[in-house]
Amino acid sequence: MAKAENLLYLDGVSVSFDGFKALNNLSFLIGRNEMRAIIGPNGAGKTTMMDVITGKTRPDEGTLRFDGKIDLTAHDEAEIAGFGIGRKFQKPTVFENQSVRDNLKLALKAPRGPFATLFHRDDAAQRARIDELLATIRLRDRETDLAGDLSHGQKQWLEIGMLLAQDPELLLIDEPAAGMTDAETAATADLLREIARTHSVVVVEHDMTFVRALGVKVTVLHEGSVLAEGSLDHVSSDQKVIDVYLGR
Amino acid sequence: MTLRFLSGGLTGGRIVMLALLVAAAILVPVLNLALPESHPLHVPTYAVTLMGKYLTYALLALALDLVWGYCGILSLGHAAFFALGGYAMGMYLMRQIGTRGVYGDPVLPDFMVFLNWQELPWYWYGFDAFPFAMLIALAAPGLLAFIFGWFAFRSRVTGVYLSIITQAMTYALLLAFFRNDMGFGGNNGLTDFKDILGFDIQSDATRAGLFAASALALAGGLVIAVAITASKLGKVLIAVRDAESRTRFLGYRVEHYKLFVWTVSAMMAGLAGALYVPQVGIINPGEFAPANSIEAVIWVAVGGRGTLVGPIIGAVLVNFAKSWFTAALPEFWLFALGGLFVFVTLFLPKGIVGLAKSAVQRLRRMREPQTPGRETKTPREMAAARPSEQAAE
Ligand SMILES: Nc1ncnc2c1ncn2[C@@H]1O[C@H](COP(=O)(O)OP(=O)(O)OP(=O)(O)O)[C@@H](O)[C@H]1O
Ligand SMILES: [Mg+2]
Repeated sequence: MAKAENLLYLDGVSVSFDGFKALNNLSFLIGRNEMRAIIGPNGAGKTTMMDVITGKTRPDEGTLRFDGKIDLTAHDEAEIAGFGIGRKFQKPTVFENQSVRDNLKLALKAPRGPFATLFHRDDAAQRARIDELLATIRLRDRETDLAGDLSHGQKQWLEIGMLLAQDPELLLIDEPAAGMTDAETAATADLLREIARTHSVVVVEHDMTFVRALGVKVTVLHEGSVLAEGSLDHVSSDQKVIDVYLGR
Repeated sequence: MTLRFLSGGLTGGRIVMLALLVAAAILVPVLNLALPESHPLHVPTYAVTLMGKYLTYALLALALDLVWGYCGILSLGHAAFFALGGYAMGMYLMRQIGTRGVYGDPVLPDFMVFLNWQELPWYWYGFDAFPFAMLIALAAPGLLAFIFGWFAFRSRVTGVYLSIITQAMTYALLLAFFRNDMGFGGNNGLTDFKDILGFDIQSDATRAGLFAASALALAGGLVIAVAITASKLGKVLIAVRDAESRTRFLGYRVEHYKLFVWTVSAMMAGLAGALYVPQVGIINPGEFAPANSIEAVIWVAVGGRGTLVGPIIGAVLVNFAKSWFTAALPEFWLFALGGLFVFVTLFLPKGIVGLAKSAVQRLRRMREPQTPGRETKTPREMAAARPSEQAAE
């Protein structure tokens, strides 16, 4: 089967909460192996967009397709994760009472059924992969510590590591740089660029230095729909964008 | 294979508990049967039976800890599974009475003769065979749990709402089993048992045997629980307990995991009930009472939720206290129980086991020479920091 050129396709997606339109006729495309940055003021609907893609929130109307043929509105969270969509949450969410290594082990791409996990046995390849990920996210010396004992920035990294362990086709990353030092932020941008060579990535971020470091096409959301799209320089010279977001 | 399963989860406290249970299964019957009554180490039969009963409660507590401690499902209806297992055993014991009943009917239990029933209802067929009865003691609670869980977990009922419907489940069964036309002896339940597997149910040897069976069943239950919780599935369960929605986004079908551990736990509770009934000599609808399920939750909380060994200790200690109170100060037992629960919730969130563990850690820290700036950890400390083992003992 020919692979669809666009990995993710949103058309006319709307979501309302008690009459308030969090997403309003939102449409955009993410190409295969494309990285896209999403910016926009608080409450613009960035997180809600990720909720809709990952099955957490059902859209009231609109079309959501993944990989050309899969209608995402017809599936739940676990199935959508199984298709190859991984997510990092805005508030870092790791399994606090389990070790850093076990967090990665839980995320590692492997059969997800209860009997598969009951009889699961670590093999050398999986251990090596986890070691590799621990090095990537710079948590090698913390592998036996509880994830709950990590700093905010380290939790962000652990969650990115879990996302990598899942090895999804599409990564949705909500505010990865929050709570990080400048050096950590720069390292995160490097890491994401590296990931984007073989994956599609959607990054939501407020930190403009970070977005600039990514150097990718930017989509500006406002009141649940796309306000502008293009390079960062292009959108930041757009008067509408300056009015609602950058100028404030 | 089992060994590999257990390798990660068999920590000190658990090995000690397993050894204690196996030793008790051998020693208590010997001290009861082989020593003359005058001997200071002789264990009287009533004590053997009482301890045997505590061990079946401990197995119920262990089952509850699997779902509550490791998967966050606070069941307020686990006594229902226990009672169903108990009824299956009771039905077997009723069929063993034969012509020795008051009415002397070779097939029908007394209460059916009394109700003027002419023949055995179909669902009593097969209960004259012990293996069949034991199969049902596991399968009936397992099936009920599976059906209940299938609907509840799929519709994502969680937290307090789930607790309430588990309570409703046991209450509905209480009402149903009270009815005479259900064919389970109504209000009076099943009693006047004569023998089990051909042995007189009142004899010292049978009592000792039932004690040993209870201790070994508990040991077996502990081994299974350790294997489950130490596996990767156990880690998924803890993930569900701590961050259910996050676990879904990793691609795990949370409802399947809950259904698995819930059903296993119900079967364990059913086995506990089946061992309980021949030791107390009766099973009646009172075992479905919501208060029984709540008491089981208290045992788990007192011993230490999510520790496996803790609930066993909690069940034995609380029931020991209950036996003492109901003899000495019967009016005060419920107040004492309520007070204990409040105390544990406020001051011992990790129960007795948690208290003991932090005391041990404090001692260790005091003994350890202070070497500031020491970076590298010894392997033992690294192991101690692993949650899978930290949650252990
Ligand atoms: N479950 C919900 N119920 C009601 N309102 C919601 C819900 N989820 C989001 N909203 C509202 O929808 C709007 C969009 O929220 P969303 O979290 O998507 O914004 P965001 O762009 O991610 O903002 P931020 O930059 O602050 O993270 C907000 O006004 C929010 O209050
Ligand atoms: Mg957001």
